Amino acid sequence: MATKVTKRLEAVAGFLFIAPNLLGFIVFIAYPLIASLLISFTDWSLLTPPVGAGLRNYADLRIDTHFWISLRNTVVFTFTSVPLRIIIALFLAVLLNQKIRAIGFFRTVYFLPVVCSMVSIAMMWQWLLEYNTGLINYMLSWAGIERIRWLSSTQWAMASVVMVAVWSSTGYNMVIFLAALQGVPRELLEAARIDGANNWKTFWHVTFPCISPATYFVTVTSIIGSFQVFDVTTVLTAGGPGLATNTLVMLIYQNAFQNFRMGYASAIAYVLFGFIFVLTVQQNILSKKWMHY
Amino acid sequence: MDISYDTIQLQRRRFSWGPMALYIILGLGGVTMVLPFLWTLLTALKTFSEIMTNPYGLPRQWVWSNFIEVFRVVPFLLYFANTLKITAVCTIGTVATSAIAAYAFARLRFPGREVIFMCYLGTLMIPRQITLVPTFLLMKWLGLLDNHLSLILPGLFSAYGTFLLRQFFLTIPYELEEAAIVDGCGYVRRFVKIILPLAKPALATLGVIALIGNWNDFLHPLIFLNSEAKRTLTLGLAIFRGDVDIQWNLLMAATLLAILPMVAAFLLAQRFFVEGIALSGIKG
Repeated sequence: MATKVTKRLEAVAGFLFIAPNLLGFIVFIAYPLIASLLISFTDWSLLTPPVGAGLRNYADLRIDTHFWISLRNTVVFTFTSVPLRIIIALFLAVLLNQKIRAIGFFRTVYFLPVVCSMVSIAMMWQWLLEYNTGLINYMLSWAGIERIRWLSSTQWAMASVVMVAVWSSTGYNMVIFLAALQGVPRELLEAARIDGANNWKTFWHVTFPCISPATYFVTVTSIIGSFQVFDVTTVLTAGGPGLATNTLVMLIYQNAFQNFRMGYASAIAYVLFGFIFVLTVQQNILSKKWMHY
Repeated sequence: MDISYDTIQLQRRRFSWGPMALYIILGLGGVTMVLPFLWTLLTALKTFSEIMTNPYGLPRQWVWSNFIEVFRVVPFLLYFANTLKITAVCTIGTVATSAIAAYAFARLRFPGREVIFMCYLGTLMIPRQITLVPTFLLMKWLGLLDNHLSLILPGLFSAYGTFLLRQFFLTIPYELEEAAIVDGCGYVRRFVKIILPLAKPALATLGVIALIGNWNDFLHPLIFLNSEAKRTLTLGLAIFRGDVDIQWNLLMAATLLAILPMVAAFLLAQRFFVEGIALSGIKG
């Protein structure tokens, strides 16, 4: 029964409804996206007008050791922390799903770090990991292990960062996995049990496929989030010692707001985007192979 | 020999390790989660010299005045107020703009709807860092640097939130609205009276995500804010530390004060938080 007038009305209403959102989208996503690309083709220090530089920024990136170190750190961080986060979270979720009494209590406790800012978490852990008076080294001494320079040695700085990141975010993934586990159809589990499958087989062939959407979601968000790591490395180790824990986003920040090289920083940002894009697409392709109900 | 072997087997099966091991592992995990907080609290209650002399034991005297000292040294209440203001406006704004846009994308037909939505989807993957430099320049041009608006304006909307809510709205049966249309309800009425009440879980999800994200944001206040009067909690805490001779006891007290609001909100509204996050994983 939609006459021309009502169709018109609907269109107008539609635009009105999306107007604030669309405005925000254009100003704060579309414009920066394009502007950033354009700026990456310039040399711009904000004090002087931008100077066109073609692809020079990208060429400079290829020979910039800071860039490669930061990239390596970011990749190492991502590919150590993400699997840990997922596996530990899944493990805990499976345990919690076993109809134990205090499920709410445990869920709260595990989720607690998630609501705290990374800055505060990093402060707490900086004290915990302190060489002389930190609790962690103290506990190591109970086991007769020598104290470790967690935050000031190049070998252990990244491990510390990964540890803190995993500690603070596992609860988040765990909650998602728990919800997914609770959605696995009872009949399937019972059918597997009747067919004689033991716990491990049931998990691997029934439960795990059923929660694959959640696994995919957790994996993708964890990877994207890890690639953008900034807070924990800035506050816990200040990117150090030296550049041992400097990350890509830190590099963007340093180039834009400390070295005032806007063009260069934008180029790094686009490279970061490129990595995330590739990884996400790859995950997408992989998931199509796994996802089945 | 056979009999004793069978007896052993039988005994093994009767005593199931199961629940016991479960609780032990979960308990250990729980301790790992809570211990850092407890340790922070203990440190916050000591005097500075005691930290050096008695780092691992209980405080000899419980120096609660450390917390007061934090308020004396930095304008903590101001930081708290700033963060509250920014977070509240951004969270409400995000949920509101995403909800009405999601409704339009889900229910209203207008030219270019699919194309625009595809654009939204496409940008979901874009890291926020790409927008840093241009947004900074924009704010500079608008004269909004060191102004809370530079954090609020970009935070008033979210492509992800729009996507999330639109997916949710699509699952609401249209028949519910058809009845209202027959009764002569316009778009706004339908949205407010039918869709919104049904969408509470999804709205809560978006709200929680926005709340946590905005409250704990560090990078954006770092870039857009300068003066002490404008600082947020995250920024204030990072600056409080200083670089040399860290006053650990005060720092730990400040850290606890910084996380207190969110922890309190979380403990009071746990179901909100946890179910909200869980829903995002299912619908996301």
